[in-house]
Amino acid sequence: MTIEKSLQDFIDEVGTTDPVCVVGGRTQWSVGGRAAPSTREVRAPAGIVDYHPAEMTVRLGAGTTMAELEAALAAKGQTTVLEGAPDATVGGVLAVGRSGLRRLRVGPVRDALLQVRYVSADGRLITAGGPTVKNVSGYDLCKLMVGSLGTLGCFAEVILRTRPRPVAEQWWAVTGDPFAVTAPLYRPSTVLWDGETTWVHLEGHVADVTAQGEIIARAGGSSCSGPPELPPVRSSIAPSSLATAVRSGDAGHCVVEIGVGVVHGQRALPRPAPSAAVVELHRRIRHEFDPAQRLNPGRDALRALEGPSGPSERDR
Amino acid sequence: MRAALVAAIGAEHVHSSSIDTALYARDASVIDEGFTSVVCFPGTTAEVQACVRAAVALGVPFVARGSGTGLAGGAVPCGGAVVITTTRMDTIHEVDMASGVAWVGPGVLNLDVSRHLAPFGVHFAPDPSSQQSCSIGGNVANNSGGPHCLAYGVTSAHIVALEVVLPDGEVTMLGGLDPEPAGFDLRGAFVGSEGTMGIATKIAVRLTANPPTIRTMLIDFESVADAGATVSGIIAAGVVPAAIEMMDALVTRAVEDFVHAGYPTDAAAILLVEVDGLPGGVEQEIQTVTAVAHANRARTVRIAADEIERAALWKGRKSAFGAIARIKPNYYLHDTVIPRTRLVEVLEQVYAIATKYDILVMNVFHAGDGNLHPLLVYDARVPGTTERVYAAGKEIVEASLAVGGVLSGEHGIGLEKRAFMHLQFSDDDLEHQAKLRRAFDQMGLANPGKVLPSGSSCGDVFSMSPEQQQAMRDGGAWL
Repeated sequence: MTIEKSLQDFIDEVGTTDPVCVVGGRTQWSVGGRAAPSTREVRAPAGIVDYHPAEMTVRLGAGTTMAELEAALAAKGQTTVLEGAPDATVGGVLAVGRSGLRRLRVGPVRDALLQVRYVSADGRLITAGGPTVKNVSGYDLCKLMVGSLGTLGCFAEVILRTRPRPVAEQWWAVTGDPFAVTAPLYRPSTVLWDGETTWVHLEGHVADVTAQGEIIARAGGSSCSGPPELPPVRSSIAPSSLATAVRSGDAGHCVVEIGVGVVHGQRALPRPAPSAAVVELHRRIRHEFDPAQRLNPGRDALRALEGPSGPSERDR
Repeated sequence: MRAALVAAIGAEHVHSSSIDTALYARDASVIDEGFTSVVCFPGTTAEVQACVRAAVALGVPFVARGSGTGLAGGAVPCGGAVVITTTRMDTIHEVDMASGVAWVGPGVLNLDVSRHLAPFGVHFAPDPSSQQSCSIGGNVANNSGGPHCLAYGVTSAHIVALEVVLPDGEVTMLGGLDPEPAGFDLRGAFVGSEGTMGIATKIAVRLTANPPTIRTMLIDFESVADAGATVSGIIAAGVVPAAIEMMDALVTRAVEDFVHAGYPTDAAAILLVEVDGLPGGVEQEIQTVTAVAHANRARTVRIAADEIERAALWKGRKSAFGAIARIKPNYYLHDTVIPRTRLVEVLEQVYAIATKYDILVMNVFHAGDGNLHPLLVYDARVPGTTERVYAAGKEIVEASLAVGGVLSGEHGIGLEKRAFMHLQFSDDDLEHQAKLRRAFDQMGLANPGKVLPSGSSCGDVFSMSPEQQQAMRDGGAWL
C-alpha cells in the first residue's frame, strides 16, 4: 500500500526512539497524568481525506480539529457522536475517549471509530479495523485505542461513522425528580440533574421534539437555551447509584448525567480499585505495544478519570 | 484430562462418548476437521474456572462453546481441545432497570433475553437470524449482528460489562456499569475475540427501549440493480432505518413456498425496510423511503397494516435458511461487508462468479449496512462440487475486498477465513492483533488456531512455507 506523504512525514517524525507524544488542542491535556518532561511532542496530519455522505463515513487526519470536521459534515446534514472544544483534535477526543452529553441517545465515542491507522512504538504504520460500517474481521483494536491516551500508538488517520444531523433540538428545564419527568419520554439525548432541576435535551424530527417537549411542559417545565454550567471534576458511577450520590453530597454541588452515570462535581467520587487481573492485563498490553515505554510516558489510562470534567471543558 | 475434569465438576457433567465427541467436534459451519476427546458442561463461574485450570495444568487447549450455531468454525476444537460448553449457565440473574442492564449467563438464548424483558418495555437489540437457538455467550464471542444492527449497532455496543475466566484461570470483571471504567476498553477487546481471550461467565447486556412506533415495509422490484440503488438512496437521503433487508428472486420464491409470508413471487428482488421511533420521524421516514423506492422503479410499496402482517413479513426473512435447505442438501453461507454504495456492482459480480463455477447462488442479506450473505447451495454428493463452491467463495471474498470491503460483518474469522486475513491486513497489522491476543493468553491455550493465520493446529498453516500457504489458498483448502 502506498502511504500518502503527510502520513509518511508523521511516521518519520514519530521515529523509533525517545519518548514521544501526539499533541492535539491541549483541551484535555491533563487527563491521565502529565506527559513526562523529556517527551517530544508531535502533531498528527490534519484535514479531511475522504468524505462519503452516502456511506455515512469520513476519513480524516487525526490532527483535524473538531471545528473543521463539524463544518464539513454539517454541509451535508451530518454529524458524529464526538464532542469536544472547537480546537480539540479528533485524535485527541478519541485518545481521551470521553463521550459527550448526548451519549444517552447516540452512544459512546468508542462506537464511532471504524478504522484507525497509527504509528507503532517501532515506527510502523498499523491499520486497525476497516472502512465499512460493520466489521468483525479479527481483533477489535479500535476499541482498545479509544481512551488509551496515546500509550499504544500515535493516531495518524481515522475513519469515523457519521450520522444524520437531527433536524430539530430543544433543551428543557423542569423542577423535580428526573426519573418521573423522563419516564414518558422516548430516547431523550441528555438528562441532567443537580438534585433540584432536571434538564432534558430533545433531538429528532420537528413534530416529535415538539410533542415530547409538551410532555415536559405539562410537568411544569420550560424551554431553555442549553445545559447548565458543568462543575469541573468528572466521576463515573453506575446509573443506579446517581440519586444516592447526589443526595450524599460527596461530590459537592454536582450535575449528573441520568441514565449514563457521569457525575460532574466539585470533588471526585471514590472508585473501586481495578482488579489485580485488569492491572496485569494493562501491564502486558503496554509491554506488548510499547516495550521501551516511549509512547506518552507519564500518562496512564488507568488514571484517566483524573483531570477536568470535559470533553467540552477547557483544561487550563 | 477427563479425570481432572471429573474431579473439577463431577462425572455427570463430563462427556466423552464417541457420539458426544463427534457432535461437539463441529459447529454450524462446513468445517469438519475438528477433534476433541472430552466435552464438559460447567454450571457456574467456579466450575468454568475449575475446567480451565484443569486444562491449563495439563497444557491442554480449551474451546468455549455456546449453542454451536457459529458459521466460521470458531467453536470447532483444534489440537484436541477440551470443549467447555456453557449451555447449563442459562440463568437470567437480574434485570437492573435503573442501570439499564440485565445480567445473564452465557448460555441464555438470545431470543429468551428479549422474551424475558418484554414486560419491562425493553429488549436486547442484536437479533441474529439464529436468535432462537444462539446463546448470548456466543453473541459476545462473535460480536454478532442481525437485521436491526443497522440502527442499533452490533453486539459490542450492547455489552456493558463481562465477568470472564481469563485463559490463565483468573476471574475478573471487564468493563462495568459505570460509563467510563478505568483503563483500556478490555470489554471492547474481549467482545468478538472468538473465545481466544477467555470465557464469559456472566454478561451485563444493555436494555434498549422498545420503540413506540414500528412500521415495516415490503418493496418489490423488477431488477436487483433497482433494489440495490434504493438501499444506497435511502442512506444518502439521511434516513437510517431500523433495518433494510434484501432478498433476491430465488430466496423470495423459496421462502414464499415455505412459510407463505405474502412475498411477491414474480419480483426480481424485494426489500424489507423497517422504521421505528416516535410517530413524526417514522411518518417522515416512510415518505422518504417510499419516494426513493419509486424513483428507483419500485413496483409496489406495501406497509404492513397490522402486527400480524408485520410478523409474517419478518417470519419470511428469518425462515430463509430453512426454506433454502429444501432446495439442495448443502449450503455454504458467506459473510462479507462492502461499501453500501457498491452493492449493485458487487452483486452482479457475485452472480457472475456463481455462473462461472456453475453453482446456484441465492442472496438474502443485511443490505442497509452492506453486509452481503451470498448463499451457495449445492449437493456435496456430486463429485467436484464442493471444490467449485470453495473456489467461488474465495472469489466472492476477493471481489468484496477489491471495492474496499472487509472479510466478515458478523460471522467472524474462526477457521474459515484466517488464511484470508492477509488479504485485508499487512503482516504488521496482524502482529499487532497478535500482541493483544498474547496479552490475554500467554500460553496460547484459549481456542488456538483461530482468527489469526498462525494456528498451530487444525491445518497448521503457520508451519508451511509461503509457497505451500499460497498453494493451499489457491486450492481453496483454507477450510
